[in-house]
Amino acid sequence: MVFGERFGGQEFLFTKDARIRRFPGGRRYVAAIAAAMLLVGACSGEFPQSSLHPTADFGEHIDRLYRTIVWWALGVFVVVESALFFVIVRFRERRGSPEPKHVHGSTLLEVGWTLAPAVVLIFIAVPTIRTIFRTDGAPPEGALQVEVIGHQWWWEFRYPTYGITTANEMHIPVGRPVTLVMTSADVIHSFWAPKLGGKRDVMPGRTTRITFTPDSAGVVFGQCAEFCGESHANMRLRVMVDDTAGFAAWAAQQQTIPPPADSLTGLVQAGLQAFRVVRDPANHSCIACHAVQGVSLGVLGPNLTHVGSRATLASGILPNTTEGLTRWLRDPPSEKPGSLMPKVDLTDDEIAALVAYLQSLQ
Amino acid sequence: MATSVAAHAPSSAATLASRIWSWITTTDHKRIGILYGATAFVFFLVGGFEALLMRLQLASPGSSLVSAEAYNQLFTMHGTTMVFLALMPLSAAFFNYIVPLQLGARDVAFPRLNAFSYWLFVLGGLFMNASFVVGAAPNAGWFGYANLTSTQFSPGLHVDFWVIGLQVVGAASVVAAINFIVTIINLRAPGMRLMRMPVFTWMVLVTQFIIVTAFPVITIALVFLLFDRFFGTNFYSVAAGGDVLLWQHLFWLFGHPEVYILILPAMGIISEVIPTFSRKPLFGYAIVVYSGLLIGILGWGVWAHHMFQVGLGPVADSVFAATTMLIAIPTGVKIFNWIATVWGGKVRLATAMLFALGFVAQFILGGLSGVMHSSPPADLQQTDTYFVVAHFHYVLVGGAIMGIFAGIYYWWPKMTGRLLSETIGKWHFWLFVIGTNLTFFPMHFVGLLGMPRRIYTYDPALGLDAMNLVSTIGALVSGISVLVFVYNVWWSRKRGERAGGDPWGGATLEWSVSSPPPPYNFSVIPEVVSRLPRWSVKGMREIPEVPAEPIHVPGGSYWPVVAAVGVVVAATGAILHSLWVVLGGAAVLAVSIYAWAFEPFEV
Ligand SMILES: [Cu+2]
Ligand SMILES: [Cu+2]
Repeated sequence: MVFGERFGGQEFLFTKDARIRRFPGGRRYVAAIAAAMLLVGACSGEFPQSSLHPTADFGEHIDRLYRTIVWWALGVFVVVESALFFVIVRFRERRGSPEPKHVHGSTLLEVGWTLAPAVVLIFIAVPTIRTIFRTDGAPPEGALQVEVIGHQWWWEFRYPTYGITTANEMHIPVGRPVTLVMTSADVIHSFWAPKLGGKRDVMPGRTTRITFTPDSAGVVFGQCAEFCGESHANMRLRVMVDDTAGFAAWAAQQQTIPPPADSLTGLVQAGLQAFRVVRDPANHSCIACHAVQGVSLGVLGPNLTHVGSRATLASGILPNTTEGLTRWLRDPPSEKPGSLMPKVDLTDDEIAALVAYLQSLQ
Repeated sequence: MATSVAAHAPSSAATLASRIWSWITTTDHKRIGILYGATAFVFFLVGGFEALLMRLQLASPGSSLVSAEAYNQLFTMHGTTMVFLALMPLSAAFFNYIVPLQLGARDVAFPRLNAFSYWLFVLGGLFMNASFVVGAAPNAGWFGYANLTSTQFSPGLHVDFWVIGLQVVGAASVVAAINFIVTIINLRAPGMRLMRMPVFTWMVLVTQFIIVTAFPVITIALVFLLFDRFFGTNFYSVAAGGDVLLWQHLFWLFGHPEVYILILPAMGIISEVIPTFSRKPLFGYAIVVYSGLLIGILGWGVWAHHMFQVGLGPVADSVFAATTMLIAIPTGVKIFNWIATVWGGKVRLATAMLFALGFVAQFILGGLSGVMHSSPPADLQQTDTYFVVAHFHYVLVGGAIMGIFAGIYYWWPKMTGRLLSETIGKWHFWLFVIGTNLTFFPMHFVGLLGMPRRIYTYDPALGLDAMNLVSTIGALVSGISVLVFVYNVWWSRKRGERAGGDPWGGATLEWSVSSPPPPYNFSVIPEVVSRLPRWSVKGMREIPEVPAEPIHVPGGSYWPVVAAVGVVVAATGAILHSLWVVLGGAAVLAVSIYAWAFEPFEV
């Protein structure tokens, strides 16, 4: 049970269960906790977007702090709930219960239970502030800089040192510090890939940063965390943490220039023509919004120069397969409500050709 | 005989009409309290229905029960409705009904203004919900972050309804708050010094001060937005050099104190219920009062804890983390005092008491998860996820709503003369506790495991479908529990046990008069010599049922309703972009205020 190990959840949930069972009314917690445990146990598979399974230093710092807080909170929870259930049971009206004495308060007790939470809070505040300064610092020497630009509803990633522009899937090498320099083209979004670390808003007119060093390779799920309009739920992203060689290979491939238009043949050539044709209305032409190096310069939609090399489409909502591409091209707003890309009246032949062309853009 | 039967039908219709008219024109705080309660409860059902639709949509990934746009409208209206149209006015029902009785007063300071607040609230609420009818319900979230709310990104009437409707409802709250501050300060019975006031009334007083100071802040934010949308100003326009964070600072400068506007009255309620059913005075009265005050004041210094993710810098983050953690101290102190009140008592687990103790039990959880995101790094993982949804629903449902139910079971007999059924009440309580915990407890994990808020669908690859399904089942159980409550009300209407003046053996003044109290409340204004007049050793002089001589009670007035209608006509004019309608509404308002001011005392 991945979750239980990482969170230390199973143990404490059982102890809490046992403690509270003695009290009438504890049943509600037992029920809720049992349900949660059952569930967490039932889906013991991967949680690809979990904040409790960090794979970068930023996420790990937070995770460590969070565990510290959880233990304190749990201690307080058990003590205070036990006290509450104890007084309810102990002083419940029985036959012959005496009329209570009218006690109005106790200065000593008041001072005591003012100080007690204050002390607990100090134990939370100190590591908190230490972690704030540890995770909010300037990017270290030699960090890989990736520019993140939020759009309704997709992500643009630029690598200024490599001259690469891509969308929705960020590749970074394991073990090297990465600094994301982020802004938005329209409304506020929030970059959140929980395994790497905390979220940070991506705002128009402002630049925000996060810095982290991934410590293991793999695919990390993420998605926009700030409500940004109709398809906020569909603004997902992937971070591909590659090993060093894998990242170098990916970067080299992204820097290649697609083959010249006249060297293309067959369906791919037909797809290029469909891509290039100016339609009526003009915003129904692919080239109006999308850039493919050497073919078009559109900037409103994702850069498609190497779209064939991506694993997903439309900011992580469809697999980048023939079927996924076909579905997307047929009716984008039905896949991603509100999408800027309109439903274009494409013939089946045009769609097949476009799919072939886009897949050729490796 | 025949003639009298024939005469009977039209006269009963006439009585019905005059009965309705008397409710519309009433200025009696008790009737206005009942109106507030009934109206707010209807809005509570509406907001709950919106929540159920959202839970059904999220029961499985990729569901298409509602569209993305509909879902966005649902969560926007769920939040807006629950905060402004359900929770606040449900508390206001008790402010109205109970506070004058606890003070030993015959009404609030400004009875017609009180009626105006109510009508403004109900018409403002209907105005905002009318947006559903024209298919343009607000859809930018109850927090309405700039610049998503600009005309560029939110064309149409959606945000217009929200920005104008909130101003109307906000005005109702501010007017009521001023009324209650004056009432509490000036209309206390002789001998009731501030530190002899019941804790509920104290918490109401603190709440009203927060309302009059916090609502102007959101009003300013909304006026900026209104000007941006209607007149092309650039307060939040990035292209023109505006800053999107201006909205967030203003909104949360209001938004955090708003949390205390929602929770302090409930804390006040349980501070009455717990002593009554423990048969012991509240432990540490002064400390509970002062911590309520302190919470109200500290609540002004913590707003940026809603903004840790925008990157305010490590120093600001540390400062706001520290102030936020500080609030945990007076909150903790209250909890300890409630527990100490039960200690050594003779605890009767009536339904009201169960809800009050349920408040304490669940509020502890909500408070502790609150401490978790007072820590900025932890908050960076939790904010805008279901973890936060779990947190504030433990505070507002496990806390505030439980407190309000405690208040309903406690004061229902005072308001109606009949007790609610204890048996049905216990079903209501347990179903509610099970349902809400089943709904909200798994959300902690759902959030930590990566589910953001405000999403109409989610990726099945996240592995969160089972937990989401449990939340949905819990929501259905909670819904059933509310229906059980409705059944209890219906059942008790005729069959509820007669309450008498004081069914619980309460200590405060409202229990010294009959249930429901006569229009003038107190035939003789009581003399207060102690904090718990009905429990004090010297006892309290009985208040005679019938006054020695007739007591003048102000009659009704229709000008408050007309004035409120004027405001809502003006609001509608704004939606229609018709200056003439706006001016017409303003004219109605002006005329009715004038008429109201010169209305003779006796109507
Ligand atoms: Cu978003
Ligand atoms: Cu807050």
